[in-house]
Amino acid sequence: MLAYILRRILLLALVLFGVSVLIFGILMTFSPERRAATFVTSPQQVEDIPKIIKQFGLDEPFYIQYFRWVREVAKGNMGWSLVASRPVTEAFWTYFPITLEMNLFAAPIVILFGIWLGTISGIHKDTWIDHSSRIMAIVGWSLPTFLFALVMLMIFYGYFDLFSPGILSDRLNMFIHDNPGKFYRYTKLYTMDGILNGRFDITLDALAHLVLPVMTYVIVVVALNMRVMRSGMIEELSKDYVITARAKGADKRTVNLKHARRNALLPVITVAGQLLALSMEGSIAVEVVFNRHGVGWWLAESATQLDMPVLMCICLFMGLVFVATNLTLDILYAYIDPRIRLT
Amino acid sequence: MSEHPRWRELKFTLHRIFRNPSAIIGFSLLFIFVAVALLAPWIAPPKYLHNPYLMPHKGFSPVPKAPSKENIFGTTDGQYDIFYGVIWGTRTAFKIGFFVVGFAALIGIALGAISGYYGGILDEVLMRIMDIIWALPTLVLAMAIVVAFGRGLDKVMIALAMIEWRWYVRVIRAEILTLRDQDFVQAAKIMGVPDYQIILRHILPNAIYPALILASMEMGSMVITAAFMSFVGLGAPPGFADWGQMVALARNYIVGPPDNPLKFWFTIVIPGGCIILFVLAWNLIGDALRDAFDPRLRRR
Repeated sequence: MLAYILRRILLLALVLFGVSVLIFGILMTFSPERRAATFVTSPQQVEDIPKIIKQFGLDEPFYIQYFRWVREVAKGNMGWSLVASRPVTEAFWTYFPITLEMNLFAAPIVILFGIWLGTISGIHKDTWIDHSSRIMAIVGWSLPTFLFALVMLMIFYGYFDLFSPGILSDRLNMFIHDNPGKFYRYTKLYTMDGILNGRFDITLDALAHLVLPVMTYVIVVVALNMRVMRSGMIEELSKDYVITARAKGADKRTVNLKHARRNALLPVITVAGQLLALSMEGSIAVEVVFNRHGVGWWLAESATQLDMPVLMCICLFMGLVFVATNLTLDILYAYIDPRIRLT
Repeated sequence: MSEHPRWRELKFTLHRIFRNPSAIIGFSLLFIFVAVALLAPWIAPPKYLHNPYLMPHKGFSPVPKAPSKENIFGTTDGQYDIFYGVIWGTRTAFKIGFFVVGFAALIGIALGAISGYYGGILDEVLMRIMDIIWALPTLVLAMAIVVAFGRGLDKVMIALAMIEWRWYVRVIRAEILTLRDQDFVQAAKIMGVPDYQIILRHILPNAIYPALILASMEMGSMVITAAFMSFVGLGAPPGFADWGQMVALARNYIVGPPDNPLKFWFTIVIPGGCIILFVLAWNLIGDALRDAFDPRLRRR
């Protein structure tokens, strides 16, 4: 087990190296002039482009530039973000909590709601409950997140005027901005900071702004979870041990929820990695539409404005999270299911 | 009965597929889309013959106009005719789907089959490359590639094809690993059938079904991804008949004037509805294929 974990961690380093080379390689397809242009901030500086190329060594071979970049990253310097007009590392820590907050609210709902829906539609296979939840899942699966988010805005913001896009109302945002002493950002999550500072109105306002993004996101993502849970349930319920338990006279609820469901939960763990990838993609769409300035929004904005250091940073970050999560899931899976032996 | 067993099996499969209501809905929807795409030049005669994908527009006013006799679905930002865009957008959607899925499946199935069948160092190297490519979500990787290649729908399509082959390698390789050591393959080997013939005639026909289901699902999800790329401004340029780009044009009009907040609903609901129905059609078909091909459910 330990040897397996060590080998996987070694592989993680290899994957991160590969991802950085891949993304660096993709961005290196730009000519040195175009990459130098990202350093230019005013028209007068255009004539300095050859100087910039020399200064930063932008015309040197790939591996020299790559290793220079790695050296800088090791020192904690990820470069300068044009979109945020701040160093990338600093900007990352202002954007990341926004994305984290949304996912902290959405993830439990996706997991629990998906498992619940999958369980009931598995138990009641081929009844109207099953059919309607399956139709819901397949329609949810076919909804493009960005489009669904726009429609949600149109209905709940435009028509009912209930929830507005953004992260906080302008009034509260200005208050926080003007009084950095009165509202201390302990966790940088507005909902938490509101409670910690005793300002429950800020918490409530932040929650109100989270309702639409979280709802959009849950409805689109939950389908995958539900579908895996459903097929897991159906498979487990047709196994011999369930028949034995029923024959013994164990009551239906125990058989369904204790015996079958616990086994059917296992395949859900295997798609958790895919769920994470989906939620990363979902965050981009939701943040762009609801104008929440988080990591996803930052990525989309950087891609349209050719902000290369940001693309590198976010790709590395997502690669790290994704690979580390998959490793954790594999270990967790072996821990929960003793039939699996990691070698 | 002197029918060829493969023919008999195909007939059984088709029978199973068309017993499923979701397949019937899916195929009917798809049929409508195919018909619209094929008949586009007659339903909506192009104004610019050199480039029929350019949506015609009268004037440049940014305020959308409600459906009227002249523009039966109304006009969107820039006075582009929504009806025209929706009709020709169907062709764009099919182009995106067939191009991306076609190339990705071709590369993925070939690589997966070869590395799964031969194994060894080739397989090892491919798997490590796969580990690296799998470390990033499709959309993120696609954005990075499109940034490097430059904007445009064709670039988005190439980027997506360059990423999505990984799915087919995974699916085909897993199937082939279970088939490789089975008796009928061993028998063919002993009889001296060349490797390429074993792969093409004996292994692939048995391993192709999961890839087919995947391809059907991907037809939809690739259209969604491309639409989102157009929406953020990396894909089709404004005025191009593409559903995602039309939603992007409508973005500023999701909320109308205070007295009539849903005034501009048509700018978003019509192209958006097309995306959803298109994706739904392929997902329903994929779902039915899954039910029909799943060996555990097949003969019950």
